[in-house]
Amino acid sequence: MQRDEIFEKVKGVLVEALAVDDDEVTPDATIFNDLGAESIDMLDIGFQLEQAFGFKIEQGEMFPEGVTSDPEMVADGKVTDKGIAMLKERAPHIKVAALEADPRLEKVRDIFTVDALVTFVENKLNAA
Amino acid sequence: MWIDRVVELIPRERLVAIKNVSLAEEHLHDHFEAVVGDDGSVVRSALPIMPASLIIEGMAQTGGILVGHAEDFREKVILAKVSKAELSREAGPGCQLRYTAEIKSFSPAGASVSGTVELSDPAGCVKNDGCRGDAQLLHEKESVEKPKTASPRHPSGESGGFEVIGTIELIFSHLDRNMAGVEYPEHNFVFGEGFKTLLRTSGVLGEGSGIGDRGSGKEP
Repeated sequence: MQRDEIFEKVKGVLVEALAVDDDEVTPDATIFNDLGAESIDMLDIGFQLEQAFGFKIEQGEMFPEGVTSDPEMVADGKVTDKGIAMLKERAPHIKVAALEADPRLEKVRDIFTVDALVTFVENKLNAA
Repeated sequence: MWIDRVVELIPRERLVAIKNVSLAEEHLHDHFEAVVGDDGSVVRSALPIMPASLIIEGMAQTGGILVGHAEDFREKVILAKVSKAELSREAGPGCQLRYTAEIKSFSPAGASVSGTVELSDPAGCVKNDGCRGDAQLLHEKESVEKPKTASPRHPSGESGGFEVIGTIELIFSHLDRNMAGVEYPEHNFVFGEGFKTLLRTSGVLGEGSGIGDRGSGKEP
């Protein structure tokens, strides 16, 4: 499946799950901040992606869980080097360069973009 | 409880429950009470209808039992999101609601459920075009001496049959597997006494067995 085709299907899922307009779902839009997702929406998005693409998603696979509550991953309000390394390892679809440059905790929500979600789906499909 | 009985259960797949709407329910007297003008005259008669929010709650309880049953009621199943809710008709006293919940997706973190709401309207109770009780209609018919075989009251022509009046999409979360890592009490406080009674009277739980101890139960 081509990436633009994946993007269109992902967009459809996000429009349905988050009740946002089509034109809000751009590759650079952040899932939590720009599209207003809450943590429980990730469950909904995960279920809808499974149905749309026919694969299973494990808990925490789309976006690693527990990062912000782990003292090894976050210290003094910033994501630690270990936290950055964990994100790279467990979520290779997410670009963490911006977080490396500015590791403040509140920036974690900015790195999960629509583009990252498309890459996640692409990786899952390629691995199948 | 906002459902009266579980009438069908296919584990991990579908659960059907019914709810009888009764004028004995106090909330129907408030939803909606009559509007009386300053001079004491009735501006608008009382309109007792089941609140849509409680219909959604009924479906949530139906789906919650289905999702809870899937893991033997070990998980604390909570309603996390109402993804969609559309209702096309209202339900008044004498009507019966039938909730059918079907699992679309299930994972250790929770489940998504698709629900259908049906209405049986044996008394021809509330219509979308206003509140006209059956007795009132009969009275009018008698006064103009219309035959009792006048056109059927029910749109489907099936008096007492069910018609689909809505769809509700729900997301349930298993509370102990939440993303925030918050810990909750060990006992399953979600499925309390009301649920246990319903499950026993519906035959889902056996006599003497409890939540998380479904072994002696049977499917209705």
